Amino acid sequence: MVLTGAEIVVRCLQEEKVEYVFGYPGGAVLFLYDEIFKQDAVRHVLVRHEQAAVHAADGYARSTEKVGVALVTSGPGATNAVTGIATAYMDSIPLVIISGQVPTAAIGLDAFQEVDTVGITRPCVKHNFLVRDVRDIAATIKKAFHIARTGRPGPVLVDIPKDVTAQRCEYAYPESVTLRSYNPVLKGHSGQIRKAVQLLLEARRPMIYTGGGVVLANAAEKLTRLGRMLGFPVTNTLMGLGGYPASDKNFVGMLGMHGTYEANMAMHYCDVLLAVGARFDDRVIGNTAHFAQEPRRIIHVDIDPSSISKRVKVDVPIVGDVGDVLDDMIACLEAEQAKPDPARVSDWWRQIGEWRSRDSLGYRNSDEIIKPQFVVQKLWEVTEGDAFVTTDVGQHQMWSAQYYRFDKPRRWVTSGGLGTMGFGLPAAMGVQLANPGSPVACITGEGSIQMCIQELSTCKQYRLPIKVLSLNNRYLGMVRQWQEIFHGNRYSESYMDSLPDFVKLAEAYGHIGIQVTKPGDVEGALREAFARKNDLVFMDFQIDQTENVYPMIQGGKGLNEMILSSEDL
Amino acid sequence: MRHVLSLLLENEAGALSRVSGLFSSRGYNIESLTVAPTEEASLSRMTIVTSGSDEVIEQITKQLNKLVDVVKVVDVSEAPHIERELMLVKVRAVGPAREEMKRMSDIFRGRIVDVSESSYVIELTGTQDKLDSFIAAISSELILETVRSGVCGIGRSDRVLKI
Repeated sequence: MVLTGAEIVVRCLQEEKVEYVFGYPGGAVLFLYDEIFKQDAVRHVLVRHEQAAVHAADGYARSTEKVGVALVTSGPGATNAVTGIATAYMDSIPLVIISGQVPTAAIGLDAFQEVDTVGITRPCVKHNFLVRDVRDIAATIKKAFHIARTGRPGPVLVDIPKDVTAQRCEYAYPESVTLRSYNPVLKGHSGQIRKAVQLLLEARRPMIYTGGGVVLANAAEKLTRLGRMLGFPVTNTLMGLGGYPASDKNFVGMLGMHGTYEANMAMHYCDVLLAVGARFDDRVIGNTAHFAQEPRRIIHVDIDPSSISKRVKVDVPIVGDVGDVLDDMIACLEAEQAKPDPARVSDWWRQIGEWRSRDSLGYRNSDEIIKPQFVVQKLWEVTEGDAFVTTDVGQHQMWSAQYYRFDKPRRWVTSGGLGTMGFGLPAAMGVQLANPGSPVACITGEGSIQMCIQELSTCKQYRLPIKVLSLNNRYLGMVRQWQEIFHGNRYSESYMDSLPDFVKLAEAYGHIGIQVTKPGDVEGALREAFARKNDLVFMDFQIDQTENVYPMIQGGKGLNEMILSSEDL
Repeated sequence: MRHVLSLLLENEAGALSRVSGLFSSRGYNIESLTVAPTEEASLSRMTIVTSGSDEVIEQITKQLNKLVDVVKVVDVSEAPHIERELMLVKVRAVGPAREEMKRMSDIFRGRIVDVSESSYVIELTGTQDKLDSFIAAISSELILETVRSGVCGIGRSDRVLKI
């Protein structure tokens, strides 16, 4: 059948079973919007800024196993989307972004709303395309979804000039894709897997360290099974939270710059380390030279070969899909004569118990002033640990990671790699649309929330009953914390002056606003908010201005050089 | 250590900038880069001369393989191989230098491909070292202009880079 380019795009989205497209119209995408108007299989969500369209698609993708889709116009539409695209790229989130482009004949002539979208996004996408011929649209969109969701996932951008969306051609959606230059390895090398299992069985001080790769590969159950079979301590990175149940006795908490004392010490002093879907980044292991001082053998499982031996030299590299490799490891372990011996690791667990007894997440609560940690703990209690939690970036993000204990994957939605303020609220919109009826909390701060606060309007339009918890300390808290520690208390531009009245602001957008100033009112406010199943409630918690995130590893220091509280400084 | 990497990549708009962008964004060094279509029109072959520790070269290879447009990557300098570069040099050729330039060109097995009253263009093919030696052997005042193609590399005997 003969269709226009715009009709083909919408048909392709339908073929891919896309439920929601997050977007914003403009000149170059008018034909596309006309086709969106004519059908209702693919629902469009109108955001208030293109950055939010991409974050919402991102939140949708993180909380499901699906590819998120965003649609933006040329020029400023595309440049506004870049922050969202880079955020998804750093955290390996599968997205397809369709951007309009000026007509083919105008490309390169500095036309109105023209920008080299493919050029600008090239360093922050898994791949991108400029479609110059209407006959290529269907195959390109098929490839885009395939590339986005397979291998190490990531955002793929398809730039389509306006004239191409108006031209006509015969349409057929390709059944399959073959790309000679792109064939991710899924199956791990069996010899390497056997070697890894041998090493694990011989270990006296083993450690399992897992990241976002486990969540992305939907391998949390497999990891949990392996962790329990082995009886070894397990830690998650910020991106990996929920990959192993936080309530399991083997779980030692998050590791890294603001991880627990026991997780970081165990990571530093282990003799065999099993790293799964994690990338040893600077916020996780700190100084690589310092990390290398302790001898340990490392097994690294990752679908992306370039993640292996990038920052840390690895002894047993295993390239493959995390889920496949974990299955094979479990099978190999079951076939093995030797079984994991708890006596072999009992001294190690005793040592970890000692580290644990330092209670590195302990904090002094107060009857007078709200402690941010207390708010997150109460949220966990009120939602029975089963809410979807999105965050922005800063102190509140770290407190959320530390005190909301995730037992399931895909409940925790945060910008880990890029650290994008403004992510939380739009991401929560995608999460809420993907999971209607489920409690969704956006934990934020008064700094971050103002970076995408216009989305309160989108939330009203689509009746998204998100609960916004703003931990308001009138400071850009993480910046202030670093200024306190490293810059002699000179709080350069980190104080938030002239804040709006957030209660009135929420009301102005048609939502409910509550200000909470006393610790005794925290639980009541949360219960009331979550009881309102159909309303967005904005909670402005006036928290302790001086509170800092501990424990902490200072930049450039090693994992065994943690500061447990301000008294250690 | 110096390495010569050979790539087969999709002959598509933007493929070159993906490769060069990777080198600049990750801070890898490029000494030279050449690219042209192969006998199979949908593929281009690129030769990159780079340098770095074994770890850096391993990362470069992995990162190149990760690019969707890159079909294959081989470090041809890992085994016996041939390297060639083409240079065109325009030299002043007046008075006694005219005869001298002709002789130098012969010694280096160059060919004079353009002649004017006051200059020659000499075409020279060889390894980077050979071209460097030629430049060093003639007086710098006599060199009017040089242009080099960058290095092309190919494995010896049965080592073949093909899909």
